[in-house]
Amino acid sequence: MSAEKRALVMIENVTRTFHRGAEDIHVLADLDLEIQEGEFLALMGPSGSGKSTLLNLIGGLDRPTGGRVIIGEHRIDRLNDRALAAWRARHVGFIFQFYNLLPVLTAEKNVELPLLLSPLSQAARRKHVQLALEVVGLSHRTRHYPRTLSGGEQQRVGIARAIVTDPTLLHCDEPTGDLDRKSGDEILSLLQALNQDYGKTIIMVTHDPHASARASRTVHLDKGRLSAEAPD
Amino acid sequence: MLANLKRKKLRTTLTILSIFVAFVLFGFLCAIQHAFLGGVEVAGADRLIVRHKVSIIQPLPISYESRVASIPGVDAVSSTSWFGGIYQKPENAFPSFAVDPEKFLNMFPEVIVSPAAKEQWLKKRTGAIVGRGLMEKFPTWKIGGHIPLTSPIWGQPANQANWDFEIVGVYDTDKKSTDKSQFFFRYDYFDEARAQAKGKIGWMTIRVDHADEATAIARKIDREFANSPEETKAEPEGAFAASFVKQIGDIGAIVTGVVSAVFFTILLVAGNTVSQSVNERTEELGVLKAMGFTNTTVLVLVLAESCAISAIGGLAGLGVAWAITAGGNPIPDVLPNLEIPNRDLLLGSALAIGLGLLSGALPALHAMRLQIAVALRRQG
Repeated sequence: MSAEKRALVMIENVTRTFHRGAEDIHVLADLDLEIQEGEFLALMGPSGSGKSTLLNLIGGLDRPTGGRVIIGEHRIDRLNDRALAAWRARHVGFIFQFYNLLPVLTAEKNVELPLLLSPLSQAARRKHVQLALEVVGLSHRTRHYPRTLSGGEQQRVGIARAIVTDPTLLHCDEPTGDLDRKSGDEILSLLQALNQDYGKTIIMVTHDPHASARASRTVHLDKGRLSAEAPD
Repeated sequence: MLANLKRKKLRTTLTILSIFVAFVLFGFLCAIQHAFLGGVEVAGADRLIVRHKVSIIQPLPISYESRVASIPGVDAVSSTSWFGGIYQKPENAFPSFAVDPEKFLNMFPEVIVSPAAKEQWLKKRTGAIVGRGLMEKFPTWKIGGHIPLTSPIWGQPANQANWDFEIVGVYDTDKKSTDKSQFFFRYDYFDEARAQAKGKIGWMTIRVDHADEATAIARKIDREFANSPEETKAEPEGAFAASFVKQIGDIGAIVTGVVSAVFFTILLVAGNTVSQSVNERTEELGVLKAMGFTNTTVLVLVLAESCAISAIGGLAGLGVAWAITAGGNPIPDVLPNLEIPNRDLLLGSALAIGLGLLSGALPALHAMRLQIAVALRRQG
């Protein structure tokens, strides 16, 4: 990784506590982490280690109980709901384990969804959608509904939806967790290509060492603390 | 949003159908209410009705006409007597009245007859003018034709088997709600030929110079005849028509009660549908929010969906009710003005949207408050 690259994500002294009845559950404790621009980071750890919570904080889906979350020039833990939603729309692409496509929409309509929040015209939106579907190799299945696509194809549509707004950050929550090995490999190759060829910064939560091996760096979480970092 | 309606087609269709049926019912009830209260709506603000204090079936002396006409503020007086005419068989009963033609046409400008018909009516003692609707009901009736009627109240004229009337004209009206199924004939012929209650009339319609003095003049009229054998009750024409309808029942309250019960049930049905739909889509709503859709946008999306369901069912139901009533009155003898007034169509449209907003309110608030991380955790 280039030494000139700046830190895109800065997690400083972050804690996250959930309340369940009278009990406080400390999921993250005084956590510090930096992710460079253009990095492909894998977040690993056992269930309940706090990796999804950390991913949600970085993606602006949740707020820390304490500490600072700085992404680029934005201190997102201080943004109000509306500003945070606008920030996510502009800067983050989300890829989910179960694809989370809307079953009543075709592939192209699913990909178009995030663009509905932009001021783009319908023609411009269509161009962006075609380009994103070409990048993921699905330009021939634009009119297909999710139920007619394989799991791997659905995840490609999910990735096209995540990159269609050209976000700063790709937020991947177990992107291969619901796929067979072959489809999973294809998705990981696609993510790698997005990282290496298009310079996308990717943060991926995974249980799978095979998947984390594709990342440029792996961070391990255990009981809400960084336990070890694998070398680049 | 519209694509979501296709998600569970059967459930959406059944919900839309139930809303459709409710609005068809609403449309019909409005038409029935309008038919009953049509007289109240066409009532002139400057007209009073004067009847016997005890009951409208008790007659008044015809001399009251001139006494009332002399009261200051009274512009015109016209008396009416109920005849209860039957044509050939009891099923062919229709509203028929004895009136003074000149005074009657002066009092009710909404009843329109041609000058030639008016001239004939004034000329012929047995002449009658017939509403357009009644003429259509009896296609054999023609202008110049003689119509034999019987009356269970007044029997027959001396040495005749029937009351004989000659149709001298057809009346139309420039007010949609005015009854076009009535039959008017001359009081002088009626009074001369009847065997009983000669010199009596049924009730009087009074027009006052200034509508805002109507109540005061009504009190004056009642005072004029106080302590006489035939005391009067004078009231605005609208109030008279309303009290007449109330003899059947409080139509407005009945309609409101039925419509409220139906809409409350439909509100629960539609609310349950939208609630289920939102619950099933919790993860999808979480994804939309993750992408940057604001809480307000999600709220609006859910409300738009519930409004669409309600609007489709509601407007279709209103449309069908309107088409049926506009296509021809199936019971013209019972309710001559069976039609849905424009204001009730507007009210129905507003109710459809209101139903959508109300049924979607709780699910939409739930969707708005949904936390993304919680929504996304529900799967897998």
